[in-house]
Amino acid sequence: MNKVVSNAEEAIRDIQDGMTLMLGGFGLCGIPENCIAALVKKGTKDLTCISNNAGVDDFGIGLMLQQKQVKKMISSYVGENAEFERQLLSGELEVELIPQGTLAERCRAGGAGIPAFYTPAGFGTEVAEGKEIRYFNGKPYLLEHWLKADFAIVKAWKGDATGNLIYKGTARNFNPMMATAGKITIAEVEELYPAGALDPNEIHTPGIFVQRIFQGNNYEKRIEQRTFLSE
Amino acid sequence: MLDKFGIAKRIAREVKDGYYVNLGIGIPTLVANYIPSHLSVMLQSENGLLGMGPFPFEKDIDPDLINAGKQTVTMIPGASLFSSADSFGMIRGEHVDLTILGAMEVSDKGDIANWKIPGKMVKGMGGAMDLVASAQNIIVAMQHCNKAGESKLLPECTLPLTGVKCVKKVVTELAVLDITEEGFVLLERAPGVTVEEIRERTAGRLVIKGDVPEMVL
Repeated sequence: MNKVVSNAEEAIRDIQDGMTLMLGGFGLCGIPENCIAALVKKGTKDLTCISNNAGVDDFGIGLMLQQKQVKKMISSYVGENAEFERQLLSGELEVELIPQGTLAERCRAGGAGIPAFYTPAGFGTEVAEGKEIRYFNGKPYLLEHWLKADFAIVKAWKGDATGNLIYKGTARNFNPMMATAGKITIAEVEELYPAGALDPNEIHTPGIFVQRIFQGNNYEKRIEQRTFLSE
Repeated sequence: MLDKFGIAKRIAREVKDGYYVNLGIGIPTLVANYIPSHLSVMLQSENGLLGMGPFPFEKDIDPDLINAGKQTVTMIPGASLFSSADSFGMIRGEHVDLTILGAMEVSDKGDIANWKIPGKMVKGMGGAMDLVASAQNIIVAMQHCNKAGESKLLPECTLPLTGVKCVKKVVTELAVLDITEEGFVLLERAPGVTVEEIRERTAGRLVIKGDVPEMVL
């Protein structure tokens, strides 16, 4: 079983206009930089992108927004991006905002075959509008549905030829759930190994969820808030 | 009257030994600086980190280790890393002992609004709705009034809600207040602030029982 492809261009070769993508990452941490660059180069458009954030003006999903490749964003927080704001206010871009925990769980549910679930987040707010409310032990919950994608694109630290993945630090974030919820899941990794090289005890995402894997290059790992102590 | 550091310092007194605490962005982040070092406390960052430490030295910055405010951070001994789904499982499952967050408005019923101002750019709720819907112990750190001098402690929130009947305690530059069935119950005054000043700046129901002590910081 060998899922290795040569690069991002090959991995995204059949992503078509109008498809729904999941893209892992929190802010710019743990985003699939190589695949985003390849999508920008390819110019695929009318995409629905499910991602916790929308990048910044000149990095991450912000690069796809600049090229007007995104029709709709499904996110929890989109505040770092002026071009995003312009497109939203001008009506070029559609946005669905979802509580962060609900977004994570909807992706998890999509991958785990759970069509819907109840969560307390958003009860009594505009997020609850039009949704079924049910009480359990006297507390109100909303019915939320799974999310799935044509392609899930994730970033991991280490991976092997069978698609097993290990994440690093807080670059894990949405990547593990999104990896389970794509019809086709593409993983880009910093270090790619042959099968057997990674300790099975340490795998975060089992390879069954991953269809294509490649070793990315030139990771910039841009930092949004570079905070540090002076020595 | 307190400055934002004073508010953070007062809230830090609510943190108990052994607590797992989620700190929101803004004043809540400052609370970490005032938690006494003899307490064993784990800070949860909802992007997938338990046991968040201080900022790193510049040479130790790791772009793969950030907090929910996207700031570079460190981990303390005993820290752990996990997915966003596990993180919100901790939050929804009521495993987090204390949640501290900011607000634009709070009502005397414990409703909170902190994510959206209609007509202005909407940035999103992030994890705030999940946090307020599930946490048993929520403290709001906020200014008592807005820039126009209007009270942010209201009978009803005017802005779109983040959650209903969830806030238990509010700490402002003027006062510490509990929220009960009766409304805002004034517990403590900030140094040099009178009950009358607090009454004037609180639009929601305010309950004053006996002498209200000055805060101990």
